[in-house]
Amino acid sequence: MTVPDVDTATAPVVETAVRPRRGAWRRLLRKPLGIGALLVLVAIIVLGLLEPVLSQHDSALANLQKVNADVGEPGYLLGADQFGRDIWARVLSSINVSVASALIGAGVAVVLGTVFGLIAGYIGKRTGATLSWVFELLMTFPALILILVLQPVTGGSYKVTMVIFGVFLAPGLFRLVRNLVVGVRNELYVDAARVAGLSNRRILSRHVLYVVRGPIIITAAFLGTAAIGVQAGLAFLGVGSSQQVSFGAMTADAFGNIYVKPVQMVWPSLFLALLTGSLVLLGNAYRDVLAAPQGAVAPGGRRAKRRPAAASPSAPGDVLPQDVTAGDHAPSVGSAATATVAALAAAESAGGALLAVRNLRVGYPQVDGSVRDVVKGVSLDVAAGEIVGLVGESGSGKSQTAFSILGLLPRQARVTADVLRVDGQDLQGLGPGGMGKLRGSVLAYIPQEPMANLDPSFTIGSQLVEGLRGIPKREAEQTVLDLLDRVGIVDPRRTFKSYPHQISGGMAQRALIAGAVAPRPKLLIADEPTTALDVTVQAEILDLLRDLQNEFHMGVLLVTHNFGVVADLCDRVLVMQEGELVEGGDVRSIFHAPQHPYTQQLIGAILDEETVRTDPTPTSTGTTAPALTKGGAR
Amino acid sequence: MLPYLFRRLGAGIVLVFLVTGITFALTYTADIPVARNILGPQATDEQIAILNARLGLDKPLWEQYTDWLGGLFHGDLGKSYFSGQDVTDALTSRLPVTLSVVVVAMIITLLASTALGIASAARRGWLDNLLQGISTISFVFPGIILGIALVYVFAIELRWVPATGYTKLADDPRAWFSSVILPAIVLSIGGIAALAAQVRGSLIDELDREYVRTLRARGVSERSLLLKHALRNAAGPALTTFSLQFISIFGAALFVEKIFALPGYGSYAFNATLQGDLPALLGVTVFGVLLVVIVNLLVDLAQGWLNPKARLA
Repeated sequence: MTVPDVDTATAPVVETAVRPRRGAWRRLLRKPLGIGALLVLVAIIVLGLLEPVLSQHDSALANLQKVNADVGEPGYLLGADQFGRDIWARVLSSINVSVASALIGAGVAVVLGTVFGLIAGYIGKRTGATLSWVFELLMTFPALILILVLQPVTGGSYKVTMVIFGVFLAPGLFRLVRNLVVGVRNELYVDAARVAGLSNRRILSRHVLYVVRGPIIITAAFLGTAAIGVQAGLAFLGVGSSQQVSFGAMTADAFGNIYVKPVQMVWPSLFLALLTGSLVLLGNAYRDVLAAPQGAVAPGGRRAKRRPAAASPSAPGDVLPQDVTAGDHAPSVGSAATATVAALAAAESAGGALLAVRNLRVGYPQVDGSVRDVVKGVSLDVAAGEIVGLVGESGSGKSQTAFSILGLLPRQARVTADVLRVDGQDLQGLGPGGMGKLRGSVLAYIPQEPMANLDPSFTIGSQLVEGLRGIPKREAEQTVLDLLDRVGIVDPRRTFKSYPHQISGGMAQRALIAGAVAPRPKLLIADEPTTALDVTVQAEILDLLRDLQNEFHMGVLLVTHNFGVVADLCDRVLVMQEGELVEGGDVRSIFHAPQHPYTQQLIGAILDEETVRTDPTPTSTGTTAPALTKGGAR
Repeated sequence: MLPYLFRRLGAGIVLVFLVTGITFALTYTADIPVARNILGPQATDEQIAILNARLGLDKPLWEQYTDWLGGLFHGDLGKSYFSGQDVTDALTSRLPVTLSVVVVAMIITLLASTALGIASAARRGWLDNLLQGISTISFVFPGIILGIALVYVFAIELRWVPATGYTKLADDPRAWFSSVILPAIVLSIGGIAALAAQVRGSLIDELDREYVRTLRARGVSERSLLLKHALRNAAGPALTTFSLQFISIFGAALFVEKIFALPGYGSYAFNATLQGDLPALLGVTVFGVLLVVIVNLLVDLAQGWLNPKARLA
């Protein structure tokens, strides 16, 4: 009888902002649950409609001869109650009352909620805000109290009561429709319609109503159930006309007679449960149909898998990066690239590097059952005290590579590698527990977006201290304070006690760097550590990283799209495109003589970016680079 | 934070005026023969006129309303037309019964849904199905049927708890608990599924956020990520759902009290409803709105405590 929380009941629908697609009903009918619920619901409604034909007595007719008659008594299919009234006839009448309650209650809510939701969502801010305020006010009032209080006004009619209840059900739908409309409003096709000169009203009816239809139908099913429940509850308690037959009144009668004839309790409960149950299950099934996944399984990574599977211009399919570099460019070049290849091959058996990766592949399962690779056989090394840049546009797989080393990919990710070793430990053999121990001791991570990477609910200090395990708390706090000082934070004690929203982005990044180096890691993985920061702060952070790297003699894998950062900081650089390494080697030689066209584009783009920044006249030398315009620099 | 709280308080006062005003107007237009109901069919027109004058029913609507409002400012909700009992006294003495049931129901809802939400966010799998199942059951079986089923099984068949009636907490805590546990369970069933779904959804959202990944990269345990960081950040939205649930649980309590024959707010409201006892009805309304306003304020304060940004603003 509790008024259901419409918002949570339909939450998944809102989240996925589903649209009724053609065939949704057909797919619903193919689901056993959907078709079953629909059949039961229709059957019950038909029973109610056929009441005059199916029952032999008036539902109110009391026959004292038949008091508490058993099931199967001639003419009394389900027996008679303590007043000698035909239970079957009463069940059929009650069905009609319940169906009417559902239609009225949900109907009023749908009309009010949809109309005002459309208005609030579509038309200007002030109207929307006022309407939202009114509906929120309505929501904060206990509906059932007012229904009770207004009973003298309704004159005992359950229909009037359901109208009032419908008003109280409206806010849930109002919010649902408003949010959906606000979402749709910003979509292109409504803009397009507006440009095409359609009036607001026609846009609403043509586009928006189409989108909100599905969620409204689902919600209406739940609201109808709520209305049935409340009507039954009120009638059970004797609120309203005592002449009105309904499941509630039947239940009340049976409850009063429970010591004499407990079986009488069964019939109203059974039919009521069948009615509401089929309605709810139908709503659920329809929701499932609409919320079914539409596209690829989405990992939390960098949207890599959503790019079309276009093969990279130079590298066909599965060839190892070494071969690509070697094959595309004459081996006689004697470039840094080939040198790296040789170095990699040598390290393969030795395993002396701090980080050793061989043939790393990261894939995501797709809806159709195939696995889509976003990292396709990457091999790389980082030696102790060495800074290696991993460069590529967004979607090239560089971050996926970095996170697979950290073991921080979404759980759907499939990671395989011939070798995946940090500081002599095979990461693939470590369980989640072992990985946890390695992170925060040997391995450390600096993220891109400092604000999003601090827990907003805890102070900077408490978050950083939590990463330091195995030492007394006081000591850990002192370590963190010292490090905050070391990374250039002016008032470490105050920052320690601050919440993330109280400090600047640059400060936040310094704090995160302090947190990363606090356990004295051997390998630091930095994912675009300066991209989100102001230009002036960027240089300071890079300086800081270099100093810390020197001081602690860390190996660093620096993921970036920015060759400027690479030139500034790195010893070696590896270039990734479409999930594969296309070039690698000593920074100086790559910078001066990039072999792979993609590397040339990347370097050209950086120079171009700088030209544009200083010189307003467009000097588009490298803007034709398709790879860069496509992804957008991150 | 303070201006915000004052605004919420203001909205609550507006709510009291609006709802009581509407109730007043509607009952006035319904033209219930109050004096006739009190005195019975034998009463003469003269007697009825005298009673109407004594109750103030002969005054115009707005005057009746302002009289009533004047009393409200002094904490005086008037006297029942029928019993003559002071409405404020009657409601204050009944409030503990209703609050007992509602508070126990809220505690059950909070604990069960948080536990279920956390467990299904961490495991997903079969717990999700359980959650769906509870949600469906709570929709399928209206509270009355569930209430009766529980009474039948635990009170009539098993005789673990009394079927009906109320014992004061101060008199006998165990008997008190037995008398409120069944109604509280009935009240909480619907809310548990809804709130657990909310907790689960918010937790999963939080666990996907970057700060969780960064904490994980620092070696923070999964347990702490889930129970400390994600839960703390997920608590805000869940709390909002929780406060809405208080409203519906409070409303539903009036009905459940009746099933279990608890001498709370509900039975008072029912009698007032059946008799058209306007002062009693308005009293119930005012108490209801005030409770909702108080709970909303408490929730706001809790939100502020949870969210450092709101705390300092």
